[in-house]
Amino acid sequence: MALSSADSEGRAYRNASPSLRFFLAGACSLALMFLDHRGTYLEQVRAYLGSAIYPLRVAINSPAAGARWMRENMALRERLITENATLRREALANSAELQRLAALQAENARFRALLDSRTRVPDRVVVGEILAVDMDPLRHRVSLNKGGRDGAYEGQALIDASGVVGQITRDQQDSSEALLVTDPDHAVPVEIVRNGLRTIAMGTGDLERLSLPFLTRNADIKAGDLLVTSGLGGAFPAGYPVGTVTTVDGSSGDAFLEVAAKPAASLDRLHEVLLVFQQRGAVATPAGGSASAAPAAAATPKAEPIKPTATAPAPAPAPPAAVLPAEPAATTPGPSVEEPPPAVTTPVVEPAPNEETAPVIAPTETSVPAPTTEAAPPPDAAAGAASPGTGQEGATE
Amino acid sequence: MRAPRWPVWLLVVLALVAELLPLPAAVQPLRPAWTTMLVIYWSLMWPGRFGVFSAFLVGLLVDVAHGSLLGQHALSLSLVAYLVLRLHLQMRVFPLWQLTLSVFALMFLEAFVLLWIDGATGRAEFGPARWGPVVAAGLFWPILMAAMDRLRERLERRDSSFA
Repeated sequence: MALSSADSEGRAYRNASPSLRFFLAGACSLALMFLDHRGTYLEQVRAYLGSAIYPLRVAINSPAAGARWMRENMALRERLITENATLRREALANSAELQRLAALQAENARFRALLDSRTRVPDRVVVGEILAVDMDPLRHRVSLNKGGRDGAYEGQALIDASGVVGQITRDQQDSSEALLVTDPDHAVPVEIVRNGLRTIAMGTGDLERLSLPFLTRNADIKAGDLLVTSGLGGAFPAGYPVGTVTTVDGSSGDAFLEVAAKPAASLDRLHEVLLVFQQRGAVATPAGGSASAAPAAAATPKAEPIKPTATAPAPAPAPPAAVLPAEPAATTPGPSVEEPPPAVTTPVVEPAPNEETAPVIAPTETSVPAPTTEAAPPPDAAAGAASPGTGQEGATE
Repeated sequence: MRAPRWPVWLLVVLALVAELLPLPAAVQPLRPAWTTMLVIYWSLMWPGRFGVFSAFLVGLLVDVAHGSLLGQHALSLSLVAYLVLRLHLQMRVFPLWQLTLSVFALMFLEAFVLLWIDGATGRAEFGPARWGPVVAAGLFWPILMAAMDRLRERLERRDSSFA
């Protein structure tokens, strides 16, 4: 053994005072933690470090990706044929549904025009892939292969085929990190489809459970109720399914019900997700991020009555959401115009329950004696600034 | 000629990969914290060349890879390295079982520091995902120690300062 020489080295090292070194390292890490927790100073640093570590994640993902590739390529011919047949049947059924949806949508737009409220513009989506990487075991976080270069931005909503998955929390150029709806730090503004009751669904740290902690004992909610995003807060577009209520427990002596829900998206089997570009958000976000989006959205309604197009940024064709409300007559929800972000544009996906359950929402929208129909954004924008905060507070308590 | 240090850093990268590899949910809580074990081993055996600052760097890498608060693991690993440096002369003459116990204690302390920081930023969580890695590290330590000893002896054989 080389113990003796190493010992002498150790003594020499001790003279160089590990205490001082530890003091320095500790001070550095405390400063880093403070900056990372309290502000956005380190976003850029994190982005660079994240892209440095991205190859590692890709490497880790590669066995899983390889296995999938093998499965797809080695599949038997018969299986491919049957799969093809089922997919074709599904596509047929879906397109039949879509036809009906188009009619409903046109009808909905007409009604909304009659009510003088804003028309819902179809959201644009991009497909992202979740890397098979286990992140921090204590959080429900995933790593995506789409980042700022693909137009993804912080706060962007993620959905899958069956419901809301989460939102992007950190953009790292070529990749990004997202928080799942079941993370204890996550909160989604939701409403109950049956009666339009609005509340907030918080993550619990359990992939199969969301909790709705802010419902009073007399709230009208029961097991089996479908929860959809309410669109308040601005982060999530309205109308996407979030989950179904599983248990409603009023037995505790609390003023609030204990309500649990099961997430609609299959969070434990995620492979591909859709990044949703909200048309209103698309005005400001591709360049900036969630931080710059809120002020921009808040500023729009003020300037709107005077010159409708002036607030739209450089790219000349203003996104439909900014233009359409100015003239309620022309509210045909036409094919969504594709804008700057050069991302892969997949077919436009519609929020399923499009008819925005009336009793609660509609009065608030119509009762505002607004100059134009652009009355809807202010509450949205204001709530948008507030809602991440509420989520955090809820979690810290 | 001094023994090269890059194999240690290569091991650190491999440890990061091992910590990020997807595992079935059932065994996930028992995934050992490889990076912490590496920091303990190398600051124990090469105190002159793997110290507090190296541990700090490893911690930063871990923070970025896991997406945790930047500086969190940097602090906890610096602390672990510092304690090992202070105690390495005693620890090295320990028999294996005693050494394993002290490694266990160090890992426990590190987990506690991480928990404390999580609590200060509002997300303290107890449970198997927090303490599983500590237990697993205790179980895996003898194996890691045997493997690292062989590697270290090969590196030191080429090193005149260890002769």
